[in-house]
Amino acid sequence: MSLINSFSIWFVPFLIGFILLYGTIKKVPTYEAFVEGGKEGFSMAISIIPFLVGMLVSISVFRASGALDLMLNFCKPLFDRLHIPGEVVPLALMRTISGSGALGMTSDLIATYGPDSFIGRLASTIQGSTDTTFYVLTVYFGAVGIRKMGYAVKVGLFADLIGFISSCIVVSLLFS
Amino acid sequence: MVNYIWVAMMVIGFIVAMFNGTMDKVNEAVFKGAEEAVTISFAMISILVFWLGLMKIAEKGGLLVVLANLFRPIVKRIFPDVPPEHPALGYILSNMVANLFGLGNAATPMGIKAMEQLKKLNGDKNEASRSMITLLAINTSSITLIPTTIIAIRMKFGSESPTDIVGPTLIATAFSTVGALLIDRFFYYRSKKRRE
Repeated sequence: MSLINSFSIWFVPFLIGFILLYGTIKKVPTYEAFVEGGKEGFSMAISIIPFLVGMLVSISVFRASGALDLMLNFCKPLFDRLHIPGEVVPLALMRTISGSGALGMTSDLIATYGPDSFIGRLASTIQGSTDTTFYVLTVYFGAVGIRKMGYAVKVGLFADLIGFISSCIVVSLLFS
Repeated sequence: MVNYIWVAMMVIGFIVAMFNGTMDKVNEAVFKGAEEAVTISFAMISILVFWLGLMKIAEKGGLLVVLANLFRPIVKRIFPDVPPEHPALGYILSNMVANLFGLGNAATPMGIKAMEQLKKLNGDKNEASRSMITLLAINTSSITLIPTTIIAIRMKFGSESPTDIVGPTLIATAFSTVGALLIDRFFYYRSKKRRE
């Protein structure tokens, strides 16, 4: 455990140091290059704003109205039949639309059922094995001004579904 | 498709609120959502500026080319449309490596930079190219070696073995990445067929 902890603490400084020394050895004007590259970051962040505002307003309306809960109750019998604990289904849906929302739900599930329970482990695995599709879609495409997304949404959502199903299968095989 | 989902979430939300008596919450949610979006974007400025600055040094020093050369055989298969010497490959690989080590806030700037290169490659059009969607698929199903946030939460709630989900997470995420790539291929060939 402490090994993994110290690994993640050491990794970032190591990476930064490595890039800086590599640049210096290769005679790159490091500080000037840093400033030049950093400049782009500002305009990128600004160009994300309209994409993110549109997406987050829609998502928070959907959640606040109770429509998300309604949808979950509607789907619950199906998941019961597949032996997937109903408690983690909201998490799986939330994971695709809101990163912070999903993290809150995972903490909640772990606090309620215990981190070493089946549900606690399943929630942890679901949280760790997929990323928030709508966020990635909005930020990555938004920053470079892609408006026509083609089949990207379908691919992202199917990837989430596979992540959820494989989490369920792997955790049931290893822990129950 | 994103247009339909966007409108549907909003309209369904309003209709449900009518019957649920949650219209006051929905009103609040509109402005809370907008505010949150701006807050997130501004919070990203610091991360974007820092990592993009650092990446410029790596790029000028030729580090990205070294990285791209190292993994060329694999990346060539995943991104067949990107020419082997193209700078996009270096950024794509940096993005993948950052994800692998759970450095979410470093992965995003590199992913965006890769998208920018891929857009140039696609003639600066405002539609998503095949390679862009593949990069997206890899990112939504991101392979993670160490899910640090989750381990921290498990520790906080007194888990006896907070790291025992590392193995299952790695297996599940490997499946979802392979699955995402296959689905990406499937939809690509389907849309290509439709166009012909």
